[in-house]
Amino acid sequence: MGRFRHFISVVILLIASTVGLRFLFEYIFALPIAASAEAGPIDTLFNGHYWMIAFLFSLIMVFMIYSVFVFRRQDDDETDGPHIHGNTKLEVGWTIIPLFVVLGFGVWGAVTLNEITRPKEGEMTVNVTGKQWIWNFSYPEQDNLGSGELVLPVGRTTVLKMNADDVIHSFWVPEFRVKQDLVPGRETTLRITPTQIGSYKLRCAEICGLNHTLMEADVRVVSDADFQAWVEEKSAAPAFAEMTPEQRGAFWASAEGFGCVACHSQDGTPGVGPTWKGLYSHEVELADGSTTTADDTYITTAIYDPNAQVVSGFNPNIMPQNYRDQFATREQEVESAEAIDLDIAADLIAFIKTLQ
Amino acid sequence: MLRTLKILLTSALTKGLVGQFVAWALGYGFIAGLRALRGMPTPWLYEPAVAFGAIVSFIGFLLAAGVLTDWLKWVVGKRTPLRHGTPEGKPEWSRYVNVDYNHKVIGIQYGISAILVLLVGGIFAIIFRIELAQPGMQWLTNDQFNTLFSAHGIVMIASILLGVGAMVNYLVPLMIGASDMAFPRLNAFSYWVSLPAVVLILAGMAVGGWDTGWVGYSTLSLRAPLGVVLFLLGFWINGFSSIASSINMLVTATTMRAKGMTLFRMPIVVWGAAAASIIQLTATQTVGVALTMTVAERVLGLNFFDPNGGGNPILYQHLFWFYSHPVVYVFVLPGLSIISELLPVYARKPLFGYRWVALSSFGIALVGFLVWAHHMFTSGMADVLRMPFMFSTMLVAVPTGVKFFSWVATIWEGKLPKNPPTPLLFVLGAISVFLIGGVTGPILGTIPTDLHLHDSYWIVGHFHATMFGGYIFPFFAALYYWYPKVSGHMYKERLGKIHFWLMLPAFWVMSIGQMSVGLLGMRRRVADYDPALGITTTQVLITLAALVIGWSVLIMVYNFISSARSQPVAETNPWRSRSPEWQIPSPVPEFNYDVPFEVVGEPYDYGLAGSVYTRNLAPAPSGD
Repeated sequence: MGRFRHFISVVILLIASTVGLRFLFEYIFALPIAASAEAGPIDTLFNGHYWMIAFLFSLIMVFMIYSVFVFRRQDDDETDGPHIHGNTKLEVGWTIIPLFVVLGFGVWGAVTLNEITRPKEGEMTVNVTGKQWIWNFSYPEQDNLGSGELVLPVGRTTVLKMNADDVIHSFWVPEFRVKQDLVPGRETTLRITPTQIGSYKLRCAEICGLNHTLMEADVRVVSDADFQAWVEEKSAAPAFAEMTPEQRGAFWASAEGFGCVACHSQDGTPGVGPTWKGLYSHEVELADGSTTTADDTYITTAIYDPNAQVVSGFNPNIMPQNYRDQFATREQEVESAEAIDLDIAADLIAFIKTLQ
Repeated sequence: MLRTLKILLTSALTKGLVGQFVAWALGYGFIAGLRALRGMPTPWLYEPAVAFGAIVSFIGFLLAAGVLTDWLKWVVGKRTPLRHGTPEGKPEWSRYVNVDYNHKVIGIQYGISAILVLLVGGIFAIIFRIELAQPGMQWLTNDQFNTLFSAHGIVMIASILLGVGAMVNYLVPLMIGASDMAFPRLNAFSYWVSLPAVVLILAGMAVGGWDTGWVGYSTLSLRAPLGVVLFLLGFWINGFSSIASSINMLVTATTMRAKGMTLFRMPIVVWGAAAASIIQLTATQTVGVALTMTVAERVLGLNFFDPNGGGNPILYQHLFWFYSHPVVYVFVLPGLSIISELLPVYARKPLFGYRWVALSSFGIALVGFLVWAHHMFTSGMADVLRMPFMFSTMLVAVPTGVKFFSWVATIWEGKLPKNPPTPLLFVLGAISVFLIGGVTGPILGTIPTDLHLHDSYWIVGHFHATMFGGYIFPFFAALYYWYPKVSGHMYKERLGKIHFWLMLPAFWVMSIGQMSVGLLGMRRRVADYDPALGITTTQVLITLAALVIGWSVLIMVYNFISSARSQPVAETNPWRSRSPEWQIPSPVPEFNYDVPFEVVGEPYDYGLAGSVYTRNLAPAPSGD
């Protein structure tokens, strides 16, 4: 066979392999459903890349496997192959052409990035806070409404202004396609325009310590009317003064409050910190071997100075040591708005008492 | 038996480990003593004491093992002639557990250590892969899982650096016609210093582990358990090995080449090793800085990264990736050059575009320094910074493409054997696997698609493909290919083929499976996943594939051990290579070439009748 006929065979195989692989990618490289406007141009770019992956993989593999099978020698054949050193035109070609192809993809990427990050009309802002290992959202345009789930109106661009309290976290909802780290000490932003009403999961994508795996929050995309209804319902929550201490305690413990639940379970499941179930007025064994009773004094110390009496089997330095300040700030905020003399620690103890 | 035990117990290896332990205790005691003088109690596993002990411990290892003895003698003006060959009255194997200055001994020490450390890292992977097969936590806690994947990463990196050291140390002096490396004592230091580093990392797992991954991002590393300090220090100490061995390699290759070996007549492996060495020599320091800063922030209370004290956690990422991106080319460039070295031998055809292949290694090394921030596309950098890094990242594809095209052109019309021997199988497998890693790269380079893929399992699949294709498969190819040269015996071909045909399909399943689950929402470094993602079947497949890879590597280890005992003596040049190391007896004599050679032709001129690469300068002594 002459060189020309080898060439024709290879080109036919190459086309068949490229198309076949691209078809296969529909299954092995499937993407989740696209639920945001940003996902549109990104998925188009994915498609372009998939074709390029299928073509380049086929290009090398077809030539390689063809050579292995067509030009091979028998075991007793000790002759050498043709003495071909190289070909400068070919070398220049396979340097220049890929150069322009990858630069083309770079331009495509740049244009797409600009499209998905530029400010849009009618944007709404949501503040996102990540801390080990909970998410917290607040809606500055809805009277600083706080929430442990992210509820977004469909079709409206939301600017997420994100902060991390402790370590780096990362905001990723696969259906929205975009991702952004939350970095302590600086605010990062991400734009999302949900297009599909439905429920999704937000999960932290940057290793953030022990319970990184469990750091997730519900995301709901709802119609405009449902969003307004949700805001009203949330805002109509009773004032702190009207709640019982136990109700307030449950609120402080939740992700909307101080997120105690991220480490302290309420049903006895083991966690990073001791469970609250059956804690109050029971014996606690401490790391130094002594025992104490979990009364008001002990729990208050455990909140304000967590390293003072570490429970046996748990590690020091995991729980933040600034809850006295955090509580004081929050108490002042609430007290300036409502007629109430608030004691968050006492509320929490009241709540813990109910978990027997 | 008793004699074996005695030699082992009095070996530099044992002395070093004991020395490390003693020095660690002394360092710990020093800090505890200082505190006692001021009336302060020292709690068990008090971090500054553990950290200071760890720093002292690696010096203790080196002193006790005798790695520094010659240099210390020089200080007091004593002469230290180099000892050659096996010490009298000791078996030959005792050289490998003692400090020896011969480059081949050190190369084999590197190689065996690389395989042992590879097995340790592989066992970690298999333990947590079994956990990941099913949703829900089965037999690990989050804590153990985090420690295992973090240790898997850094232990495998240590293993790869050892394996690169094995190839460079054994092959480069042989290929350029030198009798040894330029600085034999520094060479031994480079190898031995990496052992206490590995000990520190493994010790870190025992004292609480750590949950930062191998990247050790701040501010997580500032809050992680005690183990992170030992991990950081082990990583840091390993840097000495990289820097010292790269200086040695560069000096050797520039000053000790045989007569007539111009730059463009060097074997391609020397090019790959040189490009890798330049990266190691110039980049390792920045990760050293990042690690030092983290340890100083944790132990001494300085403030670099914690924003509560005015620090910046992103600074760590810049310093870290300025080393840790280029270093992946340290891992793959020697491996890729193994592919380029072996293909012409088997295809009986010159390496296509030798100069382009040689220079593309330097092209990759150069571009590799300009792309580090693509690891930080989601970290919150301004777009004016993200964009240039996107374009520079895409450029890596160009010199990498040159290598692929040149390999394909080398075997086009080449005469590969109908029944391919194991090294050739691993080379062809390496090309297919590195190709998977290569073609799945640009999609990570363009930022919009990266925003979905970043920190997902797509990355895990992508970099495992680049590491297996660029290092593991070529390293195994090299082990099989040079095994007869190193041991004097041929490996068992049948077992080699079984190893390959188990490992290649299993790897494809594993890495493509990882990419597939990543697209569907599987995050990196998670101990568990939501069954609602619909990825459970793929996860089971990935775990099964990992188990097959693990078993296949054990087959290789068995093959090498049993072949050295039972296989017949190998021919001098079973592959009919033109390279000079195949023209001398196997195993290679103590001083490599009894007669120096000069280079009179091109290294890969297969198919040119009557041409040779090297010619002996003087007639060989009679009777040899």
